[in-house]
Parts: sequence; structure tokens; C-alpha cells
Amino acid sequence: MADLLVNLWFEYLWPLLWLVIKIVLIVVPLLVAVAYLTYAERKIIAAMQMRKGPNVVGPFGLLQPFADGLKLFLKETVLPTRANATVFFLAPMLTFFLALAAWAVIPFGPGLVLADINVGILYLFAISSLGVYGIIMSGWASNSRYALLGGLRSAAQMVSYEVSIGFVLISVLLTVGSLNLSDVVTAQKTVWFFIPHLPMFVVFFISGLAETNRSPFDLPEAEAELVAGYNVEYSSMPFALFFLGEYANMILMSAMTVILFLGGWLPPMDIALFTWIPGPIWFAAKIAFVLFFFLWVRATFPRYRYDQLMRLGWKVFLPLSLAWLVITAGVLQFTGLVPK
Amino acid sequence: MIQAAVFYMFAILAVFGGVMVISARNPVHSVLFLIFVFFNAAGLFLLLGAEFLAMVLVVVYVGAVAVLFLFVVMMLDINFVELRQGFLHYLPVGAAIGLVLLIELATVFVGWHEAPEAKQMIAAATPDMTQVTNTKALGQIIYTKYLFLFQLSGMVLLVAMVGAIMLTLRKRPSTKRQNIADQLARRPEDTLEIRKVPVGGGIG
Repeated sequence: MADLLVNLWFEYLWPLLWLVIKIVLIVVPLLVAVAYLTYAERKIIAAMQMRKGPNVVGPFGLLQPFADGLKLFLKETVLPTRANATVFFLAPMLTFFLALAAWAVIPFGPGLVLADINVGILYLFAISSLGVYGIIMSGWASNSRYALLGGLRSAAQMVSYEVSIGFVLISVLLTVGSLNLSDVVTAQKTVWFFIPHLPMFVVFFISGLAETNRSPFDLPEAEAELVAGYNVEYSSMPFALFFLGEYANMILMSAMTVILFLGGWLPPMDIALFTWIPGPIWFAAKIAFVLFFFLWVRATFPRYRYDQLMRLGWKVFLPLSLAWLVITAGVLQFTGLVPK
Repeated sequence: MIQAAVFYMFAILAVFGGVMVISARNPVHSVLFLIFVFFNAAGLFLLLGAEFLAMVLVVVYVGAVAVLFLFVVMMLDINFVELRQGFLHYLPVGAAIGLVLLIELATVFVGWHEAPEAKQMIAAATPDMTQVTNTKALGQIIYTKYLFLFQLSGMVLLVAMVGAIMLTLRKRPSTKRQNIADQLARRPEDTLEIRKVPVGGGIG
């Protein structure tokens, strides 16, 4: 009996518990990062507009995100009368869940990954392409014109930009020869991919802005015309879940950019001083660098018009990334650099 | 044991989702259940070790096809009562089609099991899974042995797409379109004129 219990513990329960511990170790820092991303956004945009930003709650306003979170937590959850209740509450949960689920395959350092699956990139692509459901479902379930329009816009926008993101991914994959994210990073030992794939790096970053509904592509929530788009009917925790999901997606998109183009956890140069700093710190620093661009763009550019957005996605990025894919394949084939 | 349990979970949920697709009152719920079925099918693929197919199923069907499907269904103005009325009327036809499909599938599977040549083809179709990854094995087959069929299926999709665009495209001379090249080619001299206006004289 005792034997069986010991067996059960080591065979099933302990691995399960260990998995849960690892998940918590990923999710908690992520949520803290999301909280401080909102703070960083307000501070950085304030600095760019010569304002002070949040500076009242805590030293330098550092406790502001928690005050905001608490405020949202204490508010009343409102369900519109004619809303479809199940889908209405399912949508924010789905958004939040997907934003967290994608982190399972992100390698934070050599071997530091929850699930080192062979099709890591495809998994990320699949999860990020599902993000649209949270928005489109909330838009429909709210039974409100503004929300529906926001949801529809978002669906069209995200599907459009996914196409070019897919082609960028394939170009990178061709140079790596594997769909495993750790392999993608180790393939950049000699040169980070943003140098040979510079145009695709730009395309990917801009498509990432569109995919995460960030300005200048934040049409789904254009506050001037749609009042807030898909999440106009949401309040309290459902709203907070959307908010958290959106910012977690931003961090995820930055992490993808870092892994695909900026060498993941690798230091910029393989010299003593740089290699002393552990990989996860390099990874986090690079993510923060890319996130700064996300915020910078928001403070700088006006919102795109919808037809301009579609034109950019289908008529500029799609042909460009497709041509780059063909060029990459050709160059690799004729220089004999095709990875085995 | 755990694998079997997970298989039955995915299988039962997939069947449940499939039943809900046709029995849900609201068409949007039907599409959402369809997405649920796709997910469970992807889970079944994963259990089989076909990770690439599982991911592609999610990317293509859930991430793109079902979104557009949902898009259309959400925009439709459907009279639910009217939709329900035909249910019993169409039930025999639907059941008959289902039965035919079932028999066809059974024929294929039985043939696969019984035919002596089929066994060799199974052995030849997949390379050793311990040597190459699933994705590589698929790529080697699709891009070498079945390249022509692969390209052909791509062409079929392209033709369908061009056809759909041709059917719906109409030139509307009244709408104003933005021409980026024109805008960029504009010089200040073409459009601006700077004049000295005398005080109180107006531009005349």
C-alpha cells in the first residue's frame, strides 16, 4: 500500500505539482510585468508629452497599477439586458487564457522552457491567431452596435495581418530549419536574424502592432468613433481581463520579436562581461526594449484609417513578405546554406 | 492509461460538440461549438503524435476559416423560428447522407485493413519517427512525392479565390479612392500658389 502511494506520488502527483509550480513561476512575473507595463506606458507617454504621469500613489506612483487593479476589482460587473450571458463572460476569459497559454513554449534561457515542443512557432502562431475570438465574441455578445463594429473590424484586421506574420515566420524558419523556438534562438549564435532579415523585422514589428490592436492600428477600440469598440459594455473584472490580456499579448508579441529576430536569451556579443549576465535577464531586457517601441509608436503616430490599414496589410506587407520568402529560399538554395 | 483517458475525453467532447453544432438554437453558438470540435480534433491529432497537423488545424481552421465563418453568421439576420421549422423535414435527408458517409468510411477502413498491398504502403509512407520530426517527415512526402498534387490543390484554391473576387468586384466610378503614388508625387508647386495680398485689397 505504502509502495503504491510512493509510486503514485513520484509517478503522477509530483510531476503534476512541479508543473503547477513552474506555471506559477511564469504566470506571476508575467502579471507583475503586465501591471508595470501599464505604468511604464503612462509614464513614458507622459514624458513624451511633457507631463508627469501617475505620481501620487506610492513613490513615483509605483503603486498606481495596483490601485487601478483594486478599483476594477471592487466595481460592479454589469451584464447588458440583451446580452448573451455565456458568450459575454466567456470572451474576456478566453482572451486572458490565450494570452497566458502562449507563454508555455517561450524559452527564457537555455533549457528554461515549460514545454519544449517541436512545433513551438506554429503553436505560438495558432494561439495568437485565436486571440481574435475573444474580441469578436465580446463584440457580438454585447448586443451593442459599437461593440459589434469594433469586433468586426478587429476580426478583419487580425486575419489580414496574420497572413504577413505567417510569411515572415516561414522566412525565419527556412533559415533555422526547425520549428522549435530554442533552435531558433541557438541558430542566431553567429548573427541575429534582424540583420539578414531586416525588412521582415520591420514588417513583423508593424504587423505585431496590428495583431495586438495597438495604435496606430487600434481601430477596434477607436474611442472617437466607437467609444471603446468591443469592450464598451464591459466593466469591473471582465474589463480587467481584457485589459490584462491585451497587455500580456503585447509582451508576448515583443517576446516573439526577440526570439525570432533579436537572438532570444543570447548576449549581443560572446565576450566575458556580457556572458556573465544570465540569459533570462538578456531576454527580459530585450523584451523591454521592444516594448518601449510599442509605447513610443503610440505616443507618436495618429490612428490609421480603415482602408489604409487594409491596403497596408494586403497590398504592401503580403507581397513584400511573399517576395522575401522566395528570395530567402532562393539564396539559401543557391549558396548551399540550407540548414540540414 | 492516461492516454486512453485523454483520448476518450477529446473524443466524447468532440462528439458532444458536433451534436451541439446541429442542435444549438443560435447559429453563432453553432459556429462556436464547431470551433470547439476543431480543438478536440486537434487534441486527437496530438495524441496520435501528429503535432504538425494539430497545429495547422488550429491555425487554418480555427484561426482563419472559422473566423470568417463567424463573421458571416454574425452579420446575417436570421429568423430562428423559420429556421427551426424545416428541421424535421430535412432530418431524413441529413440522416441518409450521414449513413452514406459512414458506409464509405467503413469501406475505406475495412479495405485498408484487408487488402494485402495496403500494409506495405503504410510501412513505406512514414519514415522512422525516431529519426525525423513529424514536420520534416510530412514535408519530405508532400514536397517530393506529392509535389504535383500539392501544387494542384493550391491552384484550385487560387482559382476559387479569383472567381469569388471576379464575381463580387464592380467598378464604382463614384467612390473616391486614395492613390498613394499620386499623393507622394504631388509637389507644392502643383497645388500651392503663394500670393502677396495687398492690405484691404483681397485676392481678387
